[in-house]
Amino acid sequence: MSADYATLARALGAETALVVAALVVLAVDLAWMRGVSTEKRRDVAALFGAAGCVAALAWCRQSGAPSEVWGGVLILDTLAVVARVGVLVLLLGTFGVLCGNVANRNPAEQVALLLLGGVGLLLMPAAQNLLLAFVALELASLSLYLLVGFDKRSAESAEAGLKYFLVGGVTAACLLFGLSLIYGLTGTISVGEMAGAVRALEFSPLAAVAVALVVVALGFKVAAAPFHAWAPDAYQGAPTPVAAWVASGSKVAALVLFYRLLWPGLHGWAGAMDDVGRIERGWLPIVLVVALASMALGNLVALAQRDVRRLLAYSAIGHAGVMLLALVLAGTFGVGTLVYYVFTYALATLGAFGVLAASERDSRRTTFENLAGLHARSPLLAWCLAVFVLSLAGIPPTSGFFAKLFVFAEAFRVNGISGPIGWAALAGIGFGVVGLYYYLLVLRAAFVATASGGTTERVHVRPLAVAVLVLTAALVVVLGVFPNWLLRVF
Amino acid sequence: MNALVWILPITFAGAAACLLVGRRSAAAARWTALATAVAGFACALVAGVVFEPGPEAITLVDRAWIPEIGARLHLAVDGVGLTLVVLTGLAATAGVLFSWNIERRTGEFFSLYLALIGGVHGVFLSADALLLFVFYEIAIVPKYFLIAIWGSTNREHGALKLVLYSFAGSVLVLAGLLWAYAAGGANGFGLDELAAATREPGQAVAMFALVFTGFAVLAGMFPLHTWAPTGHVAAPTGASMLLAGVVMKLGAYGCLRVAMPLFPEGYSFFQDTIAVLALIGIVYAGLIALVQEDLKFVVGYSSVSHMGFVLLGLAAGNAQAISGAVLQMFSHGVVAGLLFAVAGRMVYDRVHTRELGALRTMGLHRRMPFVAGVFVIGGLASMGLPLFSGFPAELMILLGAWKTSPAWVLVAAGGIVVAGAFTLRAVQGAFFAQRGGAAPAGGEGDHALEPITWPEKVGAGMLIATTVLVGVQPGLLLRWIEPVVQSGWLRVITTGGAP
Repeated sequence: MSADYATLARALGAETALVVAALVVLAVDLAWMRGVSTEKRRDVAALFGAAGCVAALAWCRQSGAPSEVWGGVLILDTLAVVARVGVLVLLLGTFGVLCGNVANRNPAEQVALLLLGGVGLLLMPAAQNLLLAFVALELASLSLYLLVGFDKRSAESAEAGLKYFLVGGVTAACLLFGLSLIYGLTGTISVGEMAGAVRALEFSPLAAVAVALVVVALGFKVAAAPFHAWAPDAYQGAPTPVAAWVASGSKVAALVLFYRLLWPGLHGWAGAMDDVGRIERGWLPIVLVVALASMALGNLVALAQRDVRRLLAYSAIGHAGVMLLALVLAGTFGVGTLVYYVFTYALATLGAFGVLAASERDSRRTTFENLAGLHARSPLLAWCLAVFVLSLAGIPPTSGFFAKLFVFAEAFRVNGISGPIGWAALAGIGFGVVGLYYYLLVLRAAFVATASGGTTERVHVRPLAVAVLVLTAALVVVLGVFPNWLLRVF
Repeated sequence: MNALVWILPITFAGAAACLLVGRRSAAAARWTALATAVAGFACALVAGVVFEPGPEAITLVDRAWIPEIGARLHLAVDGVGLTLVVLTGLAATAGVLFSWNIERRTGEFFSLYLALIGGVHGVFLSADALLLFVFYEIAIVPKYFLIAIWGSTNREHGALKLVLYSFAGSVLVLAGLLWAYAAGGANGFGLDELAAATREPGQAVAMFALVFTGFAVLAGMFPLHTWAPTGHVAAPTGASMLLAGVVMKLGAYGCLRVAMPLFPEGYSFFQDTIAVLALIGIVYAGLIALVQEDLKFVVGYSSVSHMGFVLLGLAAGNAQAISGAVLQMFSHGVVAGLLFAVAGRMVYDRVHTRELGALRTMGLHRRMPFVAGVFVIGGLASMGLPLFSGFPAELMILLGAWKTSPAWVLVAAGGIVVAGAFTLRAVQGAFFAQRGGAAPAGGEGDHALEPITWPEKVGAGMLIATTVLVGVQPGLLLRWIEPVVQSGWLRVITTGGAP
């Protein structure tokens, strides 16, 4: 491993920009912003954070050509670059959402944590080394645990943070254990070298345990059933901008890391499923079962939710199922569909939480009753919400439709409708109808129901938040009408 | 033909414009909607005038859309598509006129209304299965809002039921199309391309079942029809007119344009089943209409019954029956629109009831002679009497069906008798019953009812003129329809699946 720090610094320009921005945010807040209103402090902090993101984005554009850094610890290929750009765009959006929300008492720390967590999420999609992958994941997770419990005045937030932290700690242990076993079996921590070693190895029970532990840990990260239990509480309890970030940015990075570990790394242990349903041992059937469980549980339990944030959490679990199906297919059809799905899903979720964040003032309650009459109180927010929710439901011409379409079309192409993957796709299509029902309930609350007491007091939304939401909604529609703009990158 | 290219941009731009101007002024939104609908209708008529009938579809636009999966932005039109585009233009214009009294959230109403119309036009013009599906779904969602926000009786239930049924149907269609795309080794979603792909007969049968059932939900095929009466009754007048007038046609059109040519083996396999279900629909829905007390429910069930004729025509599978089915789609679109306009706008909005029992006490034929006249004409057209468009349509379907199976025709003829019975009962009950008992509570006694407004007169006039014109001169449309049905993509069907 040749350690060329100049190369490393060049490759990690984006991360550096975020770290510098985080430090600047903290320093500025400490030095000049004491005694200023929290709104202003938050705006200044977010401004510096956004500047850091933009600088990082500029850096990401430069490092387009695929290159391995530091002896292959990091790889900057198309997938990594697109995922990093995606994470940064979502982080920018999160700052927009933050500015539209009620100010927290410690806004600078919040922004700094978002930026530092962003560093972890930037490293995850590029990690080619088990150790770095673990460190990056934990860096991101630690900041998320803190952010979820950031609202000190709210018991819900504290509970959510604690729950997230405890379950996250256990799964971190699982991941470490699984990665250690893989290291023990293959004798390497480099994902690239691992592939060769795995091909020569039988899928032994020990390998099965190792893979299962990795699936548990990353399944936790993407909120797949049955490792989902933290998600509804975290989404509901966290400050809304944080929930948006947990639901969007961390999903993109975690799924790309998932892909890197499973396909390029553990391809040899994938196992297979042919069209007569014969299943070969490997991780592929495990992931497929997790995918099916997530689709079923997420969509069915979402039906019973009356709180929009919990509903979005369960729908996220359902979406995680489809993403895992895309992950299974990524080995055959490439990663384009997976990235398209994850990114467009993340955009729509960010937007939906953004609307919730912008419409809440004194209470953080987001039940259907609280959302009722949103249309009369702020038509723009309501229409943006409609775009996001329809995208999540998979209605054209939004990008959510095409995301699902590509996944299901590929699933049918693998082994027709009769194989297990085809059946999983059919189940996914079927759960789409279930999904439409509860998404319609959200739209019903916003457009059809009238607020209790007939209040039509207009929601005052900051122009910046409006601009971010409208841009996000436009992006959701544009990526739907022209899906090939993102697809052709791969 | 270039005029047709403009329909989609005009309609969607009109939808956006209504949303924007509606914030300031309801009147501006109304006029914008009317201008948009009339412009779309005019485009369709201009295209119809210069249209040269032929077996092949005329391509309007064809360019790459999603090259990764071979989907194309391919818009094309033939005689069948053009017939339905003209119908949609007419129904849209009439629907705007009958929605003139919408006061609440006017801009949004017309915006959603025009988005729905845009989706419908898109379906009739698409030559790419994926594009068609996208437009099909675009036409679904606005229905929910139109009914749930502006509807009447049990509106939220009706809206939800209708949208979930439609969406479940479209999910079946999507599954079937994706399967056909993946299994057939097709490079794209072009309808011709998918039809040309080879597949095992067993697979084709299953794919046909998925796609046909999916579309048949929207066509109101028994036993998947239950959304239709509830949805129609709950919807505001303009939306009911669109639902019965054009949205149900989307289902039948999908069966005809997508399911049947793509999977002829499946079509031959299920031909008898479809016919039986269609016949049950005709008779059963007719009998239910016969005992309804709500005027809109009568019209709603009659729609299911009349759409049964369309499905019977499709099931019969020869050129005559299929031409008749397309003509019946047009005819029913016009007539159902007229009947819903009377029941919803002209009667309900003035006397605030649609119950035949209550209407019987009001002697409406004296107090609203114009409305009574319109409803009588609509009823006669609905019964399929000569001089009205339903007559040639049903006649052709029955003649065609006779060639396939005379037994079908005997049952369908029973359905016609039932149709006569429920229509006459509705006409008599709503307008011409002897006054008896007290006037209903609410004080709708003898005082003058709000006069019929000019948009209503114009709208009713348009629809009546059309049904009479097509009834007297069905050749106007058959000239477009028949060349398509007799050759090209339907040849494989009209010969019963044999090459």
